Amino acid sequence: MSELITTDVLVIGAGLAGERAAISAAAEGNDVVILSLVPPRRSHSCAAQGGMQAALGNCNKGAGDSEELHWLDTVKGSDWGCDQEVARIFADTAPVAMREMAHHGVPWTRVKGGPADYFIKGKKVTLEEPHENEGLIMHRDFGGVSRWRTCYTADGTGHTVLYSMDNMVVELGISVHDRMEAISLIHDGERCHGAVVRCLRTGALKSYLAKATVIATGGFGRVYKYSTNAIICQGTGQSIAIDTGLVPLGNMEAVQFHPTGIVPTDILVTEGCRGDGGLLLDVDEYRFMPDYEPEKQELASRDVVSRRMTEHIKKGKGVPSPDGEHLWLDLRHLGEDHLRTKLREVYDICMYFLGVNPITELVPVRPTQHYSMGGIRVNKDGHAYSLKGLWSVGESACWDMHGMNRLGGNSLAETVVAGMFCGQRMGQWASAQPLDINKALADEALAVQQDRINSLLSGGLGNANENVDELLNSAQETLQSKVGIFRKGDELKEAVDDLRDIYRRTANIKMRTTFKGANPELASAIRLPGMVKLALCVAKGALLRTESRGGHSREDYPERNDRDWLKRTLARWPAGADEPEISYEPVGLLESPPGQRGYGGAENIAMEQSVEEYNATVKKEWIKQGWHETSTPLGEELKEMVEYASTKES
Amino acid sequence: MARELTFRIFRYDPLDPESKPCFVDYKLEETPRLNLFVALHRIREKQAPDLQFDFVCRAGVCGSCGMMINGRPTLACRTLTAELPELITLAPMPAFKLIGDLSVDTGTWFRGMSERVESWIHTQKEFDPNAEEERMDNETAQKIYELERCIECGCCVAGCATANVREDFLGATALNRIGRFMLDPRDERDSEEWFEIVATDEGVFGCMGLMGCDDVCPKELPLLEVFAYMRRRMSQVAAGKAKADSGTSLPVIN
Repeated sequence: MSELITTDVLVIGAGLAGERAAISAAAEGNDVVILSLVPPRRSHSCAAQGGMQAALGNCNKGAGDSEELHWLDTVKGSDWGCDQEVARIFADTAPVAMREMAHHGVPWTRVKGGPADYFIKGKKVTLEEPHENEGLIMHRDFGGVSRWRTCYTADGTGHTVLYSMDNMVVELGISVHDRMEAISLIHDGERCHGAVVRCLRTGALKSYLAKATVIATGGFGRVYKYSTNAIICQGTGQSIAIDTGLVPLGNMEAVQFHPTGIVPTDILVTEGCRGDGGLLLDVDEYRFMPDYEPEKQELASRDVVSRRMTEHIKKGKGVPSPDGEHLWLDLRHLGEDHLRTKLREVYDICMYFLGVNPITELVPVRPTQHYSMGGIRVNKDGHAYSLKGLWSVGESACWDMHGMNRLGGNSLAETVVAGMFCGQRMGQWASAQPLDINKALADEALAVQQDRINSLLSGGLGNANENVDELLNSAQETLQSKVGIFRKGDELKEAVDDLRDIYRRTANIKMRTTFKGANPELASAIRLPGMVKLALCVAKGALLRTESRGGHSREDYPERNDRDWLKRTLARWPAGADEPEISYEPVGLLESPPGQRGYGGAENIAMEQSVEEYNATVKKEWIKQGWHETSTPLGEELKEMVEYASTKES
Repeated sequence: MARELTFRIFRYDPLDPESKPCFVDYKLEETPRLNLFVALHRIREKQAPDLQFDFVCRAGVCGSCGMMINGRPTLACRTLTAELPELITLAPMPAFKLIGDLSVDTGTWFRGMSERVESWIHTQKEFDPNAEEERMDNETAQKIYELERCIECGCCVAGCATANVREDFLGATALNRIGRFMLDPRDERDSEEWFEIVATDEGVFGCMGLMGCDDVCPKELPLLEVFAYMRRRMSQVAAGKAKADSGTSLPVIN
């Protein structure tokens, strides 16, 4: 007999977004269970170093900051690809979220009044920090921002916020079932009822039934060969969502490459390195970024800096090494004290993994896959399209405050903000629902998974002639070499063809092991088809998007095209298909019409529609795609909506 | 000439009645800057697809990969084979429940620890979303962060003589956590309340003083100072208590 567990709210993923959503749901009176692949404090949120953006404006260079400016920086950063209303919710809520985490124990770095030395644009400057703000949360500079607004704890921000968050979860007595993997959703075609879950200790399957199921499993960076992501970031949550055949994934081609992954090992060193004054140098130890980006220099948005670095390497200015060409990150001028306090994790990473002392030596870096802007498409409440009762928050979701490129420090902040905001709405929704214990439905879903596992363990699937590791490596290499920073139509076409072939081959997996318990090969075999599906969504979305916007850069279509592509890609996977079906929807109501970012220097093809005409289509098109009515009206959080009334009839 | 390394790895699946604990040797050619994260994945890919071990961040920050490497508990991901002899013995950390091979259940242990020491800010104040954050001087924030850097890898527990023989001993990580909250002005627990948790045989006075924890902590947490601080503060409380109990005064250590 398989075990059946019932709860009001089931949260899949115990990183920052999942835990914060669980806390909100519990505050609304729900019983909550959190599932996690790993003990919660090992979630990838813990590895975030640099900080969280919130317009508190406490320090000298943060003076005059506002939610308005944060919102506008975010919209520009997204290359106008985001949902501007969601960006508003985010920017408006972020300051409260930071203060709440301060209340619950995060030891934020604080403002110290008086003169302080900084490196700004390559020069040492002394600034006067305001005495009246002594002891408030301090900020550092980050890419693509108009003010210093990144709140931080040295370079262990994710760690300290996750520990405080998990402390709250322990205090509230919320259960976390760790080493548990949700391997399919239980649904009836209209409503999600929970998940089939595999215990990674024993291999046993269990059904969890819930009123609301929340996917908060983070990104899927490990579909690339080289990624800064933790090895658990394999897109397990996005996979089970697309497996329903109902729920679309949004903007999967929007993949972020971070400028400073170290070479080799691809471990991230934070954008805070450059925020605090670190410089990028080439093979001649020449500082090249000001030539490309005179205004923002090393601190343009990540998509732009990564592209400039790649261009510069292509010009022959990369540093050759056995692990491929790279550039240098120069932190030496920041000094020992700074590197051993505010950038201490960076110092440790360089010392332990590279044997490089950043106090005296240059650090080898290159752009590396880092973040998934795309994910499970949800409305502004976090409710997934086309399947009631399924929710998603954090990196696994396409809530869509990031559009085609996210700003540094905005994702860690998003986890907490979306967890608060969407978690509350989800919790209120769940409270109003009856718990429908449909055991037959759960048993049926579990039997499908049990059959799949039994087939795998009895030798393999189909012809049983394909190796799990080899198929995964091929998919990762395909994406790495053909769907990278710069993309071309012919290579993208090859990538789609190759990945489709790899996907078909996943039906013939052969296993070398036969035991059902904590079997790592079985865990990989279960995840593999889903990972290849996600890779195909990335490649196909990239092939079809014939423009360059944010992190998606087409050599054959270099302009941002607001006439034809002010759109979000939606990928669904019909049952039995071997590639996703792609459709499109408007990005959302425009408050800020598409304009110049002030960095990146690309040409744009202008909109032909007026903003009013565009906005009038949004709700109608979204409903066609499975958008659910939100708990407050669409557009309510926007500040200066132009003629929003015209959209109301549809 | 690249070295040929021998990984002598503890193998045991407690769920399999036929499995017997044993060490199995795996050979691997050393490559430049090889670390144990890469080495163990290579062994799993080519030689032992059923080998169990835990990695998550592979960057030395998540605390998943604590194991006994040539008898010493440490993080596998950031251990380079170049620092080790040709024979590398790997075993799971003691004091935690074995899941299989090199994988141990730290999650359950640490959740239990957090519950036991009530690892959260105890305050009567309600969070006011409209108010400015409570101020804190940066030096205090830095001191808290210094202890907050614990990554719950469990190396200090595995390396502790007391924790290995006494299941109820709090261990350095728990005492460090308590120290972190003692330093935090936001936490309203007073010395008397801490005394009940800390000044016991399961707490700071159960420590034999071998300080294996301090030797092996991968984050170089100042555990010696934490223990000294804790003993001093608890002795002061004890002195105060004794005074209240008997009317006599014990010397107060500063």
